[in-house]
Amino acid sequence: MSAVVESHDHHHGPKKGLLRWLFTTNHKDIGTLYLWFSFLMFLTGGAMAMGIRAELFEPGLQLMDPIRYNQLVTMHGLIMIFGGVMPAFVGLANWLIPMQIGAPDMALPRMNNLSFWLLPAAFTILLSTAFMEGGMPGFGWTFYAPLSTNYPNIAYFVFAIHIMGISSIMGSINVIVTIMNMRAPGLSLMKMPLFVWSWLITAYLLIAVMPVLAGAVTMLLMDAYFGTSFFDAAGGGDPVLFQHIFWFFGHPEVYIMILPAFGITSHIISTFSRKPLFGHSSMVYAMVSIAVLSFVVWAHHMFTVGMPLVAELFFMWATMLIAIPTGVKVFNWVATIFKGSITYETPMLFAIAFVVLFTIGGFSGLMLAITPADFQYHDTYFVVAHFHYVLVPGAVFSIMAAVYYWLPKWTGNMYDEKMGKLHFWLSFIGVNVTFFPQHFVGLAGMPRRYADYALQFAEWNAVSSIGAFLFGFSQLLFLYIVVKAVMAGKKATPQVWDGARGLEWTVDSPAPYHTFEVPPKITEQTKL
Amino acid sequence: MTAKTDTHQKYYVPEESRIPIVFAFAALIAGFGAANAVAGYGTTMLYVGLVAVIFTLAFWWSTVTKESQAGLDTPQLNNAYVYGMAWFIFSEVMFFFAFFGALFYIRSFAVPWLGGEGAKGIAGELLWPEFEATWPPMITPEQSLLGENAAVKGPDENMYLHSLRDIGSWLPLWNTVVLLSSSGTVHIAHMALKENNKKRFNFWLGVTVTLAFIFVILQAVEYYEAYSHLGLTLESGVYGTTFFMLTGFHGMHVLIGGIFLLTQLVRSSGYKHFSDKEHFGFEAASWYWHFVDVVWVCLFLFVYIL
Repeated sequence: MSAVVESHDHHHGPKKGLLRWLFTTNHKDIGTLYLWFSFLMFLTGGAMAMGIRAELFEPGLQLMDPIRYNQLVTMHGLIMIFGGVMPAFVGLANWLIPMQIGAPDMALPRMNNLSFWLLPAAFTILLSTAFMEGGMPGFGWTFYAPLSTNYPNIAYFVFAIHIMGISSIMGSINVIVTIMNMRAPGLSLMKMPLFVWSWLITAYLLIAVMPVLAGAVTMLLMDAYFGTSFFDAAGGGDPVLFQHIFWFFGHPEVYIMILPAFGITSHIISTFSRKPLFGHSSMVYAMVSIAVLSFVVWAHHMFTVGMPLVAELFFMWATMLIAIPTGVKVFNWVATIFKGSITYETPMLFAIAFVVLFTIGGFSGLMLAITPADFQYHDTYFVVAHFHYVLVPGAVFSIMAAVYYWLPKWTGNMYDEKMGKLHFWLSFIGVNVTFFPQHFVGLAGMPRRYADYALQFAEWNAVSSIGAFLFGFSQLLFLYIVVKAVMAGKKATPQVWDGARGLEWTVDSPAPYHTFEVPPKITEQTKL
Repeated sequence: MTAKTDTHQKYYVPEESRIPIVFAFAALIAGFGAANAVAGYGTTMLYVGLVAVIFTLAFWWSTVTKESQAGLDTPQLNNAYVYGMAWFIFSEVMFFFAFFGALFYIRSFAVPWLGGEGAKGIAGELLWPEFEATWPPMITPEQSLLGENAAVKGPDENMYLHSLRDIGSWLPLWNTVVLLSSSGTVHIAHMALKENNKKRFNFWLGVTVTLAFIFVILQAVEYYEAYSHLGLTLESGVYGTTFFMLTGFHGMHVLIGGIFLLTQLVRSSGYKHFSDKEHFGFEAASWYWHFVDVVWVCLFLFVYIL
């Protein structure tokens, strides 16, 4: 028995060559795969956004017909959510969770590899529709029935979503099992770093709602091809039922895309303020409350669809309740900064921008939560501005912050700080110039998802497009900085940042291929 | 404290594996093939993909079994499988939750509103003035307007028990008896295994597997009846839709669970796996089986009785 164990005992470094990436079971390799895949998708979805903003640069139809425009809007949403933000967070989870809890690897390493490689499979199916008659889906990322059930090529969309869902569920099971089962002795749940906590909650949300999404697309497929009547009033069904099921998935989904960002921000703000995080346990309870509430607020996406008054009121109050735990988090971040010895390295800049701009997105969310007001804002650019504020300077900024913060640990090299700061300021200005004016045109009544608009919206749309190009092209700078740091750069110390706490800073930079073969000791210094 | 150090022996991380990438490729073929099949571009790719998926999965699980027999799984790795299985079943619960949610919404809101009742009844009143809200709706809203010309027509008969005299020939009741007793027999098998009585274990596991396949056959008979004699199909409005989708997905899970249990039977009787302490493969299958059973109880209540 022990002979077999020993034959597996000789751990080498990574294999050479491309096959390493196909067969790997190493959490760091898989994390890297996830991160590069998400960056590729970020650029693809971003190129589509550039197309959208180019068309909207001035009124009238210049570059594309409305069908193409709808396809770009739809694919931009799907790619950014399922290909950009979610895989980026899974990549960070893969890299960081085993290191932060003192585990040798993820609990189920082969399934981990599968979770990743299913994503290129799913996106191959989804993007293959671009080369088919009927083209890509153009019904919006929310694929409301019965618009979507009457669309060509929906079968490819459905099975692509199924495969993404399987990938997410397996990834989440892996995260939960790793956290519950592989923590170093002495690392109790309440001592766990907040990024790990945020992912534990996120994984739970994913396992709860991805199957519901699978159910929704299955019903869609059956309605479209097999004559069922889920969403067809003629047969006794209801199109609004689709929206209920979709948003039962969709609302927890938006928290799936923000909770890990909360975790990342907590680490970075504490490090660069050189203070322990203010209110560690209240941060945990706040995230748990947000996660629980996320299951009972879904219909605030549907205020104008014609629900009974009781439902409108319930979902309004429930939604507003979320402001309380979110407020706790923002308060704690500010309290951590308060009287800290702060330095403004690139990760800190992104993290501070996250707190401020995410809060702006949170406030516009509160405005949208008020049912009678939402009757005015619904499906206008105000909504577009709102969710881009929480997703771009929210989720995406946190991912960039995380990359800058942990890149020295991953590569062993410091990135170019000057270039990093330049990237931050270009992104920061670009994001605000893009999305802030969309509040104005939205409140003035410009509807979303149209290829053309009334003349009165022309100026702010031109401004918005210029901002978008600025933001879009600055991301090439990000690519350059990351590649440069991977290739060479000032050598990083194990500690990297002097205020950083946590187990990952106790190992060398770059972190060895197999980090904790033996569980480490938990001390005061390694606690966040 | 000894238990604590035991669970932190060296954790088995396979150096590398070719299985996942092959599986991902098989899933690509199967997914693309499924979409092709549904969209009417032929089924070859789907079958090729499915065969590839099944073979890769079988190979994967046999690898895991071999590793476990070779003693590579520490208590901690076993724990990972236990947690993993539990959360997988939770994800399955949520899948059924979506379909039960749809059923409840349709029964409590959609159909009454279409029939002109309740908070949103006014639209139904205007659009389908003749439509009566009943469950199950034997006449669809469209049928109430267009009669025989309607595209979506209700079933001729439904699956509910119409009079107590027919109870002996009412298949759903027999299905319930079969499935509930199979949950009992799998439990007896588990008890036998804990006492290390392999003979008794194999016998009762065999009974369970038989009952599983009897259930699938009865379900097939019921579907045949529905399609050929009751005019009840997937396309019979929202009743046919919910009936077939809920019972269909459940039936599929019974089939999967049955194969899962059969595999454990083969492992136990053919390969002499499992001991009174180490039998998580079987335990996982029995958890899955109890889950399938609970779903059926909900189905029996909300699809056949209430």
